Amino acid sequence: MKYYGLVDGTEASLNNFLKSLPGVDQVGAEARAAMLGTRSIKTSSKKKAIDLAISMVDLTTLEGADTAGKVTALASKAVRPDPSDPTVPSVGAICVYNDMVSIARKHLDLVGGSHVPVAAVCTAFPSGRASMAVKIQDTLDAIEAGAGEIDMVIDRGAFLSGHLMDVFEEIVKIREVCGEKAHLKVILETGELVTYDNVRKASFLAMLAGADFIKTSTGKVAPAATPPVVLVMLEAVRDFYQITNKRIGVKPAGGIRNTKDAIKQLVLVNETAGPEWLTPSLFRIGASALLNDLLMQRMKMRDGYYASPTYVTID
Amino acid sequence: MNERLEVKKTYKLYIGGAFPRSESGRTYEVKGSDGQFIANACLASRKDLKDAVVAARSAQSSWASATAYNRGQILYRIAEMLEGRSEQFIKEISASDAISESKAEREVLAAIDRWVWYAGWSDKLAVLAGSTNPVSGPYYNFTIPEAMGVIGAIATEENSLLGLVDAIAPIIVSGNSCIVLASGRAPLSAMTFAEVLATSDLPHGVCNILTGSKEELAPWFASHMDINGLDISGVDEPSLVSDIKTAGAQNLKRIHSFSKVQHPKRILAFMEAKTIWHPIGV
Amino acid sequence: MTTFDYAPALESRTIVTIDPQYGHFINGSFTKGSNHFASINPSDETVLSHIALGSAQDIDTAVDAARVAYESVWSKLSGKERGKYLYRIARILQERAREFAVLESLDNGKPIRESRDVDVPLAAAHFFYHAGWADKLDYAGMGNSPRPHGVAGQIIPWNFPILMLSWKIAPALAAGNTVVLKPAETTSLTALLFAQVCQQAELPAGVVNIVTGDGSTGAALVEHPGIDKIAFTGSTEVGKAIARAIAPTKKKATLELGGKAANIVFEDAPIDETVEGIVNGIFFNQGHVCCAGSRLLLQEDVAEEVLSKLKVRMAKIRVGDPLDKNTDLGAINSSEQLLKIRDLSKSGDDEGAERWSPPCAVPEKGFWFPPTIFTGVTQAHRIAREEIFGPVLSVLTFRTPQEAIEKANNTPYGLSAGIWSEKGSRILWAAGQLKAGVIWANTFNKFDPASPFGGYKESGWGREGGRHGLTAYLKDAESNNE
Repeated sequence: MKYYGLVDGTEASLNNFLKSLPGVDQVGAEARAAMLGTRSIKTSSKKKAIDLAISMVDLTTLEGADTAGKVTALASKAVRPDPSDPTVPSVGAICVYNDMVSIARKHLDLVGGSHVPVAAVCTAFPSGRASMAVKIQDTLDAIEAGAGEIDMVIDRGAFLSGHLMDVFEEIVKIREVCGEKAHLKVILETGELVTYDNVRKASFLAMLAGADFIKTSTGKVAPAATPPVVLVMLEAVRDFYQITNKRIGVKPAGGIRNTKDAIKQLVLVNETAGPEWLTPSLFRIGASALLNDLLMQRMKMRDGYYASPTYVTID
Repeated sequence: MNERLEVKKTYKLYIGGAFPRSESGRTYEVKGSDGQFIANACLASRKDLKDAVVAARSAQSSWASATAYNRGQILYRIAEMLEGRSEQFIKEISASDAISESKAEREVLAAIDRWVWYAGWSDKLAVLAGSTNPVSGPYYNFTIPEAMGVIGAIATEENSLLGLVDAIAPIIVSGNSCIVLASGRAPLSAMTFAEVLATSDLPHGVCNILTGSKEELAPWFASHMDINGLDISGVDEPSLVSDIKTAGAQNLKRIHSFSKVQHPKRILAFMEAKTIWHPIGV
Repeated sequence: MTTFDYAPALESRTIVTIDPQYGHFINGSFTKGSNHFASINPSDETVLSHIALGSAQDIDTAVDAARVAYESVWSKLSGKERGKYLYRIARILQERAREFAVLESLDNGKPIRESRDVDVPLAAAHFFYHAGWADKLDYAGMGNSPRPHGVAGQIIPWNFPILMLSWKIAPALAAGNTVVLKPAETTSLTALLFAQVCQQAELPAGVVNIVTGDGSTGAALVEHPGIDKIAFTGSTEVGKAIARAIAPTKKKATLELGGKAANIVFEDAPIDETVEGIVNGIFFNQGHVCCAGSRLLLQEDVAEEVLSKLKVRMAKIRVGDPLDKNTDLGAINSSEQLLKIRDLSKSGDDEGAERWSPPCAVPEKGFWFPPTIFTGVTQAHRIAREEIFGPVLSVLTFRTPQEAIEKANNTPYGLSAGIWSEKGSRILWAAGQLKAGVIWANTFNKFDPASPFGGYKESGWGREGGRHGLTAYLKDAESNNE
């Protein structure tokens, strides 16, 4: 059913639905996230968590200075994060600007990484300030070049000024453009939405409009994927599943730099949305530096002594 | 010799704004200093007390929810009305307490001033006994004093009017209702004072006045489970004090005796501190 | 589906040293003690140590020591110097925090996460807070030069042993009193460790005395003629007995007693945080909390949604080894308490309420009770009236705000209450209507030394914490013991 039968495509029904969502108490949400942050993941569960986290990484480079060399290095690493240890899983995807998609795709296929999708940031990433025509073309280009996943940004200006229907319609459009060819991740840029009430509202808006994933941030705005923001988004996908029987994925991105942070995210998933979400098809972590820390921690678990950055590859 | 026969007053009880006789039908003789009969007063029973507690309980919450400003004005109005009838009280106290008219006058004027003093406290208690508390965390936390509920009082034997006022005013100014047992020896001015209350703006039931024997009634005050606090300033006998406190333990009554006559402690003793927490966030 | 089981993450117990046997701490040193009884770890029933059963003679010796210390040392010391002792104690508590936390979890059965993150830091905070009062008593609202009562007899419960000790000792000492404290029978170990802290802080002998024992020891303390002030935290039943015992005396008392707090959820509540608050309200410290939110009052139009979310959340509660850093719900403190919880829960079954617990494997040894809710409870059920003091929540519903308040206040207790709503005016209205000493709005079970704590009605006398709590240990300069 269109929009899961929850809204009928009119502005009034969208606004009413989003208004009906319960509020989020900031202090309570932060306290819950902090409490889950005290979970102590050790030994066998840590080992398992590290491999799971590696398989969930959207290995990312989103710089003006990106080059073919940089992207191909990233692609190689995505497939075999630790060349010395074939038991290390490939990452969830690599995430690049859309002019780098074809390079990434070709190189992944070349190095045996055809199972690793390329995610492209689209719709005038990161600001989203462009005409709809440009945003659509941006997306079409990325899909054309081989992107299997589209990470679009929402129009935060429209959202904050109360033009929720405009935000909704943009997502619906991009969803149509993606069709069956690409998964759609919708970036809320929670650092600009500021309040948890907004995060919850934007999460539902994106899910109703057809997002496969809701993603916290572009990585260009701080704060990004803080544990309470991810908590609120995980609550949203859990509740959305209760209503629609459809599981939407969550992707925190930005600020997750080490193993400890990543494991905290997995604990959040486990105890909020539930273990059903502990799969790369429903949870990704957008990161770059994180991967090497995960690899070093993995070496420590394997060897029993602490690793050195010398022994992990740079991209 | 007087041509005209004086019309004498029948002294009754004051419960829920009405003036009933004791349900027990009992009275006792009130005598002056020379032993001459002055009047019959009601000898209130435990059932009269029970009725008074019901009246006090039903009046309490709306009295407590009146604004402090309003309660203060009502108490001040009692002072105004007392002032207007001061001559009557001076005569009555002089006879019943067996004191000179000038001494009686001093007591009545003091009683009036006492009402004025307590009236002014109504909207200052939260400043005196409240606080905002800087807790270690993102919470707004504040403490406010609140009326306790239904309070009983055993007024002092001496200073039959002033003692009564010292019992009533600090209890009701904060929003409590009360049942006061007046001086047993000199109860008449208390019932005349009840006439003042009955025609004042004080809601009926907020103040109830009984006359009778404290030896008989104090234990019933102490054991009544719907009385939250008790002022036993009028009880001196250590064994009775001990019995009252023992019986009062059954519902953990707050039982106090005061030596100071004009002190905010008398008000705060019958208030509860309520502390409220709320998170601070966006 | 991937499962993510957390491997055991045990806090090391090597940090604590427990003697096989303890005496009392009187006049600055440990006695041998007599009639020792076993103190066990409630999570596995192993014997931790043997605790001396304090006799009337022991109490007498301790009260004498406290009296001498009061008259010869402590009352002569300036507030400034008293405060410095309290600061020292606070610092040592922080330095030895982990040791206290592990010992508390071993002895009490509470999860290390709570002893580490709540009990011990708050205990230290209480000493810091009151240390600052010691030389500022003129500003406590009691007039100039308020005086201490003298010797305080203090009796604390087993649910928050070191925290309740700090609630008692810190204000007493700050105000200039000396103390004889009796810890609960099943949880004496952190109090005895605190005695070592007093020694390390070089607190003058006799200022703090700790006599271990059971109810008979406590009764001897209450009845001792050398005690000027009683401070008790525990059951309402014992509180009333204390009130009767001191009726013929001039002793002052503060009593922190039982509760049956309503936790009211309005239709506009922030649901997810509310569910957290409900869980924290009743399952924090195994529900061994006098102010626990043990009566959940749900507005009917959100009752189903809240209950369904609550059940999902309860399934995530991790029950098990108190020393596991991931444990949320630890052991019930004693077999006696477990029996009481079982008995009251059975009454819930018998009276037709519906019991639900998540699937939850509990260890074989030790005292355990799963997180439990009863739905279909009315005000007429025993489980809606009596304090269970365990991880058992009674769920009731209401239709209008007025009805919620009536039900909430329909109890002889009046310690605490919770309100969940996003509407400010409704929160303030409800907070005003509730007859309870502590109101948590959109939060629950929060404590702070600056925040007065204590109840209305049969939940006790007086407050602890803040300026209000301090004044319970003071009398004004010209007072005749009023």
